[in-house]
Amino acid sequence: MQDMVLLIVSAALVNNVVLARFLGLCSFMGVTTKVETAVGMGMATTFVITVSSMGDWAIETFLLEPHELGYLRTVTFILVIAAAVQFTEMLVRKVSPTMFRLLGIYLPLITTNCAVLGIALLLVEGKLSFIQSVVFAFASSLGYSLVMVLFAGLRQRLALAEVPTLIAGPPIGFITAGLLALAFMGFSGISTH
Amino acid sequence: MMLAIGSLTALGVSLGAVLGAASRYLAVEVDPLESDLLDLLPGSQCGQCGFVGCGQAAAALAKGEAPVTLCGPGGKAVAEKLARRLGIHADLSKHQDQEPQVAIINEDLCIGCLRCFQECTTDAIVGAPKQLHTVITEHCHGCGKCTKTCPTGAVTMCPVPTTLNTWHWHKPVPKKGRHRATIGRRAVG
Amino acid sequence: MRLFSVRGGVHLDYRKDRTRNLGIVPLPMPALLYLPLTQHVGAAAEPVVVAGQVVRKGEVLATAQGAVSAPVHAPTSGRIKEITGHVSPHPSGLSQSTIVLESDGADAWGALPAGIEDPFAATGQEIARRVAEAGVVGLGGAAFPAAVKLNLRAGHTVDTLLINGAECEPYLTCDDRVMREYAGEVVDGARIMAHALGAARIVIAVEKNKPEAIKAIANAARPFATMAVAEVPVRYPMGSAHHLVKVITGRETPAHGRTASVGVLVHNVGTARAIHHAVRFGRPLISRVVTVSGGALKSGHNIEVPLGTLVRELIDFCGGMVAHADQVISGGPMMGHPLPSLEAPVVKGTCGILALTADETNVQPTGPCIRCGSCVEACPSGLVPLQLATLIQHEDIDGAAKLGVEDCISCGSCSYICPSHIPLMHYFDYANGRLRVLDRKRKHQEKLKTLAEARRQRLERQAAARAAAKAKSARPAAPPTASAQAQTQTQAQAQSKPVGNSAAAASVTGAPVTGLPVTTATETGAGP
Repeated sequence: MQDMVLLIVSAALVNNVVLARFLGLCSFMGVTTKVETAVGMGMATTFVITVSSMGDWAIETFLLEPHELGYLRTVTFILVIAAAVQFTEMLVRKVSPTMFRLLGIYLPLITTNCAVLGIALLLVEGKLSFIQSVVFAFASSLGYSLVMVLFAGLRQRLALAEVPTLIAGPPIGFITAGLLALAFMGFSGISTH
Repeated sequence: MMLAIGSLTALGVSLGAVLGAASRYLAVEVDPLESDLLDLLPGSQCGQCGFVGCGQAAAALAKGEAPVTLCGPGGKAVAEKLARRLGIHADLSKHQDQEPQVAIINEDLCIGCLRCFQECTTDAIVGAPKQLHTVITEHCHGCGKCTKTCPTGAVTMCPVPTTLNTWHWHKPVPKKGRHRATIGRRAVG
Repeated sequence: MRLFSVRGGVHLDYRKDRTRNLGIVPLPMPALLYLPLTQHVGAAAEPVVVAGQVVRKGEVLATAQGAVSAPVHAPTSGRIKEITGHVSPHPSGLSQSTIVLESDGADAWGALPAGIEDPFAATGQEIARRVAEAGVVGLGGAAFPAAVKLNLRAGHTVDTLLINGAECEPYLTCDDRVMREYAGEVVDGARIMAHALGAARIVIAVEKNKPEAIKAIANAARPFATMAVAEVPVRYPMGSAHHLVKVITGRETPAHGRTASVGVLVHNVGTARAIHHAVRFGRPLISRVVTVSGGALKSGHNIEVPLGTLVRELIDFCGGMVAHADQVISGGPMMGHPLPSLEAPVVKGTCGILALTADETNVQPTGPCIRCGSCVEACPSGLVPLQLATLIQHEDIDGAAKLGVEDCISCGSCSYICPSHIPLMHYFDYANGRLRVLDRKRKHQEKLKTLAEARRQRLERQAAARAAAKAKSARPAAPPTASAQAQTQTQAQAQSKPVGNSAAAASVTGAPVTGLPVTTATETGAGP
């Protein structure tokens, strides 16, 4: 049990996908202009990461490892991720056309989100069990969603503030992201293995 | 080798099948874009946008053939709502809201020809043949169609006067100047 | 009495010493009185007098129109000079219809309706009717017709009547003096109101900085077991109805709601006194106590002013201006508004006239927001002024509405406390004004939609009737499809001009063609 808690904390906060591993920065900067979009993106990505990680673990355990087809890893993982994203797209379109419209191009771009592939590769590298993999994937994506929402909130406030024209818009966004990453470094004080 | 090709093919086919089934199951019915847009428009069928009625304006907006600023009487508020529904970004910072206007009929010039009456899309003009016409101000939405058909120029548009009920505070303009610290020297106001 | 706490508020420099110990003095009757037709919240009153007419004191000059309205009475005897547009004591500077009364110097009362012998035997409706006839409105500044509030008993159970003697605004001392000098009348008015409302408990709330008033009211209220006097802490805006209810009863009025929904009704001490006069003696509301003060005046006074007196005359009575007045304000310095002109008249809602010097108004240049949060601490409604102001500056009025800008009571505590002197409350007034305009526009557009639809149906109906008549006259045995075809055709053309003006005119046999559904002879004729 304690292992699980440590795994969750480590995946979500200490080794945060966006702020510690610096993966998935495209959607991080692109979708965080409004909090609603960030929430929707977080939910969609969580679904994709969890589902595709389960599929990827299965492929690794039953296909790639026993038959030493390691060179196929990237291809098969991306295949699974792409299918998962397609499915998510259809789901989002059905459930909330508004969210579908708001996310726009960033929904299919989850396929190329290095966070998704990154998490899959990490859990394979870590040789985690199925339960551990699912928990790791879910916790990582929760960390991703958390950071997205936090950053979106910050950017919404920044949009209203009197920022000097020189650094208004994306520049101040990046500076803030850097400061947020510094803040999250504080979590590395929690010792996890 | 064969295993690699075979397994990859199998994976691709099975995932494709799943997606195919999902697309059938999760099919989305026709997006009610046009009817939503129609609801957002004022619905007074004034024709100022250039289309015959609000229904046709909504159809054009849905196809993307008309700008969101097409509705004059709707003003900035309607333009913003249309842009939001269409999911497009519209720069409305320069948009000036049309000054609301109403029609009035000059009784001395009116000949009772009924032409303005035929034009009015909300039946705000009342009158009988060869008798004086007048405008019910609360029903007039200022489209101006009546002014164009009047043969004697009896109908004119005039701005709606501000009354005590319709007046509201204007946006404050912050006072510029060197800011003095006044901690400890408070006064009321 | 156990008091509850309220959030927010600011402690002000009250500056009441100038006038708080000066007794109420009557103003010598001015030669001309200007009585606007809208001195209250609601529909304007309709004049029932004409220019040249001679009237007596207390006579009805204009009658109330509709449920939320109040009549206007003559403050003195004389002749109606004219009914004309005159500048109204409103920040817009707009003029409104005003009855100008020329006093004849006799100040003779006319016939008044008889007072109720025993108000405690009368019904609530009877009392409310007398109050409405007397034109009593809320004298705390809101000017809401008092009778409408008394009738709230019909929809709500009111168990507590709260008499508001807080007078939290600086400079103003009119309520303080009314309580000290007319405590008996205030208490009597309160009891009459409680009887009308069916309220079991009466609480008179007075701020602690008025010890003499508290003593006077406590003495007057002593014989009555249902009455109690509450000494509330000195904190602005203690006089706000919602906050007073919270302090005394602990009940929080829901947003956009009335205090009646939590079983409490609040009335000003001046209103209670006016109701006493109206119910006991049939006297209408024709004068009120006004505090005239401010650094620019020679002296300050609490004056019993006949309604319709020009502000200029009050200032002259106080010795005129001895310094330049940066602003002349109607009401208090926090929530009052600047007068557009000294020629504006005193109306039912005028509590004070303040001529403030530049030192007193202390208008400072605006600095940037430093996010100190003082405004959040100060806001009695629990809003976040700094966030709201930023949104409004960027014209995001909808965003401001989502954060609750409509709950702003315009008390001005945030503007007062802001170290950067940002005009916060003015932003919220602007936003609320815009929201009201948008709301009105939306309602108007909905109405227009129904009108356009009604017109379309009218045209359809007329075209169908025409087609039916044509089919009937042309071929008696015509198949039904012909008229049905014509009907569908005209339905498609309904949005454009109907075919043939002459046909339309011919089918309507001389009846006036209006926008309303027309019932003509041809319509009653059935199809083939």
